Amino acid sequence: MTIKLPIYLDNAATTRIDPRVLAKMLPYLENEYGNPASRSHVFGWHAEDAIEHAREQVAQTIGCDSKEIIWTSGATEATNLALKGAANFYQERGKHLITIKTEHKATLDTMRELERIGFEVTYLTPETNGLIDIEKLIKAIRPDTILISVMFVNNEIGVIQDIAAIGNLCQSRNIIFHVDAVQAVGKIEFSLKDIYVDLMSLSGHKVYGPKGIGALYVRRKPRVRLMPQIHGGGHERGFRSGTLPTHQIVGMGEAFSLAKQEMPQELPRIKQLRDKLLEGLQDIEEVYINGDMEHRIVHNLNISFNYVEGESLMMAIKDIAVSSGSACTSASLEPSYVLRALGRNDELAHSSIRFSLGRFNTSEEIDYTINLLKTKIAKLRELSPLWEMFKEGVDLNNYQWQSHGERDIILHN
Amino acid sequence: MSYSNKVLDHYENPKNVGSLDKNDPNVGTGMVGAPACGDVMKLQIKVDASGVIEDARFKTYGCGSAIASSSLVTEWLKGKTLDQAQQIKNSQIADELELPPVKIHCSVLAEDAIKAAIIDYKNKH
Repeated sequence: MTIKLPIYLDNAATTRIDPRVLAKMLPYLENEYGNPASRSHVFGWHAEDAIEHAREQVAQTIGCDSKEIIWTSGATEATNLALKGAANFYQERGKHLITIKTEHKATLDTMRELERIGFEVTYLTPETNGLIDIEKLIKAIRPDTILISVMFVNNEIGVIQDIAAIGNLCQSRNIIFHVDAVQAVGKIEFSLKDIYVDLMSLSGHKVYGPKGIGALYVRRKPRVRLMPQIHGGGHERGFRSGTLPTHQIVGMGEAFSLAKQEMPQELPRIKQLRDKLLEGLQDIEEVYINGDMEHRIVHNLNISFNYVEGESLMMAIKDIAVSSGSACTSASLEPSYVLRALGRNDELAHSSIRFSLGRFNTSEEIDYTINLLKTKIAKLRELSPLWEMFKEGVDLNNYQWQSHGERDIILHN
Repeated sequence: MSYSNKVLDHYENPKNVGSLDKNDPNVGTGMVGAPACGDVMKLQIKVDASGVIEDARFKTYGCGSAIASSSLVTEWLKGKTLDQAQQIKNSQIADELELPPVKIHCSVLAEDAIKAAIIDYKNKH
């Protein structure tokens, strides 16, 4: 069997839209073009029906009431609304917020902005396996703590935080609890009927739905209040103004519904693929798994290949689409802040690869990936002076490296 | 990252990969960079009785342009006298490989590796 290249193993970045989702969306880009806010004619009524149906689908998937779902342009906006909206509303109670160093930038950058306007934020360091120690979280709580934000599943290393335990803690301390659940929907079974969460950010495109659509769950009993961040028309019960994109919403609703329906068959299948990938790559010497393997979604494998530099590895495996924690692949020239927060050294952060598997990956693709990596890692290690030194038994950590310092760099133009 | 075809050529088919005996009196070894910075280059030259570089080998841990820079200089070094080798400038390497500005440091590292190898050779004599 021939394999279609390149192979997509970057499903934590985004997913291919499911054809069944696309089929549901298309009518709303063709004949059903009404504005769901138009109350005076059938075009508007049809669009509104579609939106309420999708709202019900999302609510059923996460186990809440459809009235608790607010549509947004994506999870980044949902997180902005949750954190800024709650912080601003509850600031009379206190101005202290808590989050984790390994959160998504949507949370971290929003927290930075809140710091700028006078809030105080504690950024907890997770344990070396990526999980947070609830005792340390308890110690970080102050009398003026009004909000805690913790992601359900980490986007880089796939570890699952104990949201139920943190939820109980927040409920007992009367602290607003926000959860970024972008990487959790369709990947782990959970229901808001069983866990206590006040605000939850959701995304369409990580679950085989369209980009540009997300939602925020806002608890109604007891009611969580937010200051709206976008004004202009009072849509979504005043929480978020702006004409609703019917086709996107229909897509997200269908995608969530499918995710719930497919999970029982999909998770074991993807786990098999991931375990096969892990087994294949573990044959290679000097590989390190990043993040806990037990409390982890079955879709994710984050692995560092010691003595191989990340960018050259990415160049070597350009037929497979993956992400790297290497500085060279990011705009910031810093290696992954998530791996750094776990205490991984720079070299291992530089040489890390995130494989994120999804609904459309096949066993043949995993075979191809394992073979390609084995060949390319061997080739790059043949090139690597560090590998040679490691093999000669040199202690690389205590070696005196001679790095180039203060020399003038002559630009070539 | 958009690399020139020259970088990609050297990356795909690096020239003179390997090691020479670092204890050989005719071999000079230069190792520069640090793993924490993402680049380490080891460059070795073998110098004949008349002071001409007869062989050059490298091993590099680093990005595509670091590998290409070291591969290129091993080609350039062969047949040069130590004085001529001393004259190789990072800007020539960067020009030849059309390195993007953020990758200029790779060419600097390659120049440093040449100088370090020459010093090591001279220290033995």
